[in-house]
Amino acid sequence: MASLKELRARIGSIKSTRKITSAMKMVAAAKLRRAQASAEAARPYAAAMRRMLGELAGATRGEDGAPRLLAGTGQDKVHLLVPMTSDRGLCGGFNANVHRLTVQSIRRLQSEGKTVRLLPVGRRALNFFMRDYADLIIDHVTGTSAKEIPFSVASGLGDKINALLEAGEIDVCTLVFNKFRNAMTQVPTCQQLVPMIVEDASHELEASNDVAQYEFEPDEATLLAMLLPRNLQVQIYASLLETVAGENGARMTAMDNATRNAGRTIDSLTQVYNRTRQTNITNELIEIISGAQAV
Amino acid sequence: MPIQIEIISPEKVLVSREVDMAVLPGMEGDIAAMPEHSPMMLLLRGGVVALYEGDKVTDRYFVGGGFADITPTRCTVLADKAVPVADISIDTATAQLEALSEAWDKADKTDTSRLVVLQDQIQAVRAEIEAGAAS
Repeated sequence: MASLKELRARIGSIKSTRKITSAMKMVAAAKLRRAQASAEAARPYAAAMRRMLGELAGATRGEDGAPRLLAGTGQDKVHLLVPMTSDRGLCGGFNANVHRLTVQSIRRLQSEGKTVRLLPVGRRALNFFMRDYADLIIDHVTGTSAKEIPFSVASGLGDKINALLEAGEIDVCTLVFNKFRNAMTQVPTCQQLVPMIVEDASHELEASNDVAQYEFEPDEATLLAMLLPRNLQVQIYASLLETVAGENGARMTAMDNATRNAGRTIDSLTQVYNRTRQTNITNELIEIISGAQAV
Repeated sequence: MPIQIEIISPEKVLVSREVDMAVLPGMEGDIAAMPEHSPMMLLLRGGVVALYEGDKVTDRYFVGGGFADITPTRCTVLADKAVPVADISIDTATAQLEALSEAWDKADKTDTSRLVVLQDQIQAVRAEIEAGAAS
């Protein structure tokens, strides 16, 4: 049985752990609020972008020579997976979920005879995939746990993917990230970026009586060629923001659990401590009394 | 009859209100979005979006390129970057211009697509400095 001194030390150390976890929970909660706000603030841009793209795609429908971002390379051989995680751990199963889903996709694609390339985003993903799939990694990006994610991270990533696509090095590109549902739940999701899935908005226009004939300046093809890479960046940015919000949500939940666990452990250890102390006192008393009786 | 104008950057919505007219810096010349304008999609160069109420300019925003979607009742500006003209930091913009000119000097002069991108960026930053200096 542990001595009183050992018990005291253990209780002390768990108490300081609890202080750390509860502080981390507080920090994560504050960051979550901010991350959620910025994720919401970014939504109108993405929505307007989708609407414009839908109108444009409707206008250019049926024409040849659609950009690769929209139509793909016409092949389905090389898949680029972009797993998105945080830079730091201690957020429950948040990163592990993305890793698991990515590994599943890698195995599935490889068993279908496709070539897989990886572009991990976030230090956690980089470290994880370095272990087993180092030869698949073509590039990486870190810095997803920064205070505020600048749009330039997303645009850089988008440009990279676009360049790979134009060079014909990849055919399909899929994002793997945690969709933020609420602070408790993040859903690991695969989202295909290339070929882009565009909802066609033109039928809404045709449905309304006055057929709004859009003018384009410059022409449709030029606009589409400018809009598509932008849309890629915006989609990446949106999922980056979701990742940040999700990371903080997951951390908040994980740290809340850890704090509660620490509290429980402290309670039971304190009970053991008190009982041990009582036993010791009783033992000493017995010794004294039996000593006195023996005299 | 006013027109609903929205200026949206990737980070947030900057403006969403009703104005009488908005002058947009189109890639091929400025365009005024007014009520009952025929539907139009526009590529923007770096420049200033001026919002008019009556015949007075009430607000000026610098946009660093982007797109605009004009309909008879609405004008949506999707800006790559957008700041109120009063908040332009000339120092930052000048530093950017220097970095870009350097990139221009180093750039491979046969890579036309890269040159076009750089040219647009330089034009946008110059317009930013100009707008900032004028305010």
